[in-house]
Amino acid sequence: MTKIVTALLFLFIFFSGQAVAAPDELVVYSARKEHLVKDLFEKYEKEQGIKITYITGKAPVMLQRILSEKENTAADILLTVDAGNLWHAAQKEILVPVTSPVLDRNIPDHYKDPDNRWFGLSVRARTIVYNTDRVKKEDLSTYEALAGEDWKGRLLLRTSKKVYNQSLVAMLIATLGEDRTQSIVSGWVSNLAAPPYSSDTKVLEAIAAGQGDAAIVNTYYYGRLMKQNPDLPLGIFWADQSDTGVHVNVSGAGIVKYSKNIDEAVRFLEWLSEKDAQKLFADANMEYPVNEAVLPHADVRKWGAFKASTVNLARAGELQARAVRLMDIEGYK
Amino acid sequence: MISSIKYQGGFIVSSGIAAISLSPVLFILASGMNADPDIWSHLKQYVLPGLLKNTAILVAGVVSVTAALGISLAWLTSFYEFWGRRLFEKWLIFPLAIPTYVMAFIYTGLLDYSGPVQTAVREYAPDLAGLFPEIRSGGGAIMVISLAIFPYVFLMASSGFRSMGRSMVEASQSLGGGRMFTLFRVTLPMARPWIFGGLILVFMETLADFGAVSVFNYDTFTTGIYKAWYGLFSVNAAAQLASILVVMVLVIVAAESWLRRKQKFFNRGGHQPVSRKRLNGTGHFLASAFCSTVLLVSFVIPAVQLLIWTAKAFAVEFGAHYIRLVANTFFLGLMGTAVTLAVAVSLSYSGRRRADLKTGIAAKLSLSGYALPGTVLAVGIIHVVAWLDSRVTGTMDMLGIQLQGALLQGSLILLPLCYMIRFLTVGYNPVSSHMTRLTPSIDEAARLMKVTGPALLSKIHLPLIRKGMVTGGILVLVEIFKEMPVTLMLRPFGWDTLAVKIFELTSEGEWERAALPAVTLVLAGMIPVGFLTFIGRSKKQHVPEG
Repeated sequence: MTKIVTALLFLFIFFSGQAVAAPDELVVYSARKEHLVKDLFEKYEKEQGIKITYITGKAPVMLQRILSEKENTAADILLTVDAGNLWHAAQKEILVPVTSPVLDRNIPDHYKDPDNRWFGLSVRARTIVYNTDRVKKEDLSTYEALAGEDWKGRLLLRTSKKVYNQSLVAMLIATLGEDRTQSIVSGWVSNLAAPPYSSDTKVLEAIAAGQGDAAIVNTYYYGRLMKQNPDLPLGIFWADQSDTGVHVNVSGAGIVKYSKNIDEAVRFLEWLSEKDAQKLFADANMEYPVNEAVLPHADVRKWGAFKASTVNLARAGELQARAVRLMDIEGYK
Repeated sequence: MISSIKYQGGFIVSSGIAAISLSPVLFILASGMNADPDIWSHLKQYVLPGLLKNTAILVAGVVSVTAALGISLAWLTSFYEFWGRRLFEKWLIFPLAIPTYVMAFIYTGLLDYSGPVQTAVREYAPDLAGLFPEIRSGGGAIMVISLAIFPYVFLMASSGFRSMGRSMVEASQSLGGGRMFTLFRVTLPMARPWIFGGLILVFMETLADFGAVSVFNYDTFTTGIYKAWYGLFSVNAAAQLASILVVMVLVIVAAESWLRRKQKFFNRGGHQPVSRKRLNGTGHFLASAFCSTVLLVSFVIPAVQLLIWTAKAFAVEFGAHYIRLVANTFFLGLMGTAVTLAVAVSLSYSGRRRADLKTGIAAKLSLSGYALPGTVLAVGIIHVVAWLDSRVTGTMDMLGIQLQGALLQGSLILLPLCYMIRFLTVGYNPVSSHMTRLTPSIDEAARLMKVTGPALLSKIHLPLIRKGMVTGGILVLVEIFKEMPVTLMLRPFGWDTLAVKIFELTSEGEWERAALPAVTLVLAGMIPVGFLTFIGRSKKQHVPEG
């Protein structure tokens, strides 16, 4: 018994020593999942000779971790999904403003922080998907229309706890105002064919199985599912084309203000915004590159071109708490 | 006789442990004090009532279902002989190796509208399709969580029934008590510390569950905490909700120990195993059928589903990194178990040496970590550690020593400590229920032989409670294997575990790809759980007569 304890202790001390980061490497706190960033980071290591260490987790948790670690944090870069999360990180003053002509050139204004504290790196469109056997494309128009009487018992949604829906509702508040948004959410809830699902994929499967006729999802979930089952009766519809455009969101990154390696971190972000990395970054998850000079994957292009909302995504962060309250009040679970 | 000064040790040890366990909770309570009143009034008006109702339904449901399943299965396999008994006795523990969130995504996958079962019903019996209950509901959540954790009750009840020995049962029967009378008036009351131990685990696990209820999108207190934090971005409001949770747990735990404050559970009757009655006819068939059904739905079906998914996604997912994941999982599990068990033994030993109120309270306080959602606990710990780190760096700065970054943050030392805080109660319950069984006369006898102090513990007590330690250790190990939020949040770089991998894949809706790490995790958990079934079988009993 004593021997086992000694051996364990020894191992323990040995492994503990590995936790400290070397100075010529970048540390990324990533809320984007490992299988979506691994290849990208390895490519950078190979091309630039800078080691990238990363840890993955949920965005608010990563943010809280940096907040409590303060200047002791190992993080150089916070990489996360959803503009709301990035906005909050900026709001909590843990991100440093970056002046970079490369980033300015590669990333459109509405996909980055007005004060240059965070930058979108891939674009994700959240739009309407419908059952092609049961719905005619002409019957679809806007997010708002799905709240109408004729959709009673035909709509499926993912949970309001998912940040994607919170951002969608926040952006509706930004463009339509709080009152109209509230009646939209109320209409959605009363049109539901089943209680909200916990994942976009489940929503899509339920639409394909005929539990409901239309839903609001991120396009890459549609792409993934169709890759597995090309015969599913599912179609993509680009919402709000005659006015504001499809609701889009980003995954993006900012540089942590406690970073000891800010110059290198900037170079990394710049590299991420350039052609090769953009291709890899977006294609890994069937998303859209934020750099407009880069084409999306061929499979993604098949879904057709669309007009995207150009309201600055910082609004999604500002209005997120209001969106959540509004959904609570309307009983959107 | 031992002087009263020596007795103080018990209180010092248990309050020390309580201080460590409670430090994250205290930080949470402190930040809960200054919650944004605006957010709080919103939560109170629109969110809390629903959460309270849902949580009460869920907890009451899971506790009743697991009690019914666990006790009846333990009773059947302990006192009766029927076809497959020996197999059920072993295999009914294996559902413990399946994390509740995995059980949840398997069953929603199977029973949802788009799943194979309902699809088949719509195709072959369209008339019945409308009758299918919604799986993503309170009932569904109760069913799935119960299937994943009833083995706690089964395991504890079995061990209570068995260690009771033949004499009690025979005494009752020789006095004319029928089997039913014996069950309700002798067997169950005697096994109560065990059964309560199991049910308290179930209660706390259900309160803290986040993974499974999220899959169902069933809102409970835990999901409310996350909502306040993730959606409303108020860590303070989240902390305030968490403190309500802590208070609820303390009340329940206190009530439970008050209920059995005067009871002593010494067994003076020797420990021959109970002889099993052979069932025949209908009874035999029913017993076998009941056990088979439970085993089928709680283990066989989920395991088969995971294997099918694994077969589909194996080529994409498998790689050398899996070996690293498995090694990490085992290493962290063993470290955490060692720490937890050491603390559990110290705690129950101090409680035995000094059975007064304040020591008892300190011990109960030490156990509250299990009811806190992992992420909330982890945030508390990060605060404590950051605070300690800034003290250390501050002091070093004053001494003119420049430290490279943080000392404790991101260090591997943190995780086993967190696991201890989180799972202490899991290890403590079996250890202390064995400790409770040791009669004071053992100590007196030992003292007469001049065996005292540490020697008393290591030579006399530890061997006697070995079974409890093994049971506790294994349960803790398996819990750590399955643990996700604390590991996710506090692991140092490169310390991904199987549970972390499952989280990453399932949160993207990639159930099939998550099946490989899930199967690996279940297999890893089955090794120690399987080991549990062998302890109960050693015929030799070491407890001397009182």
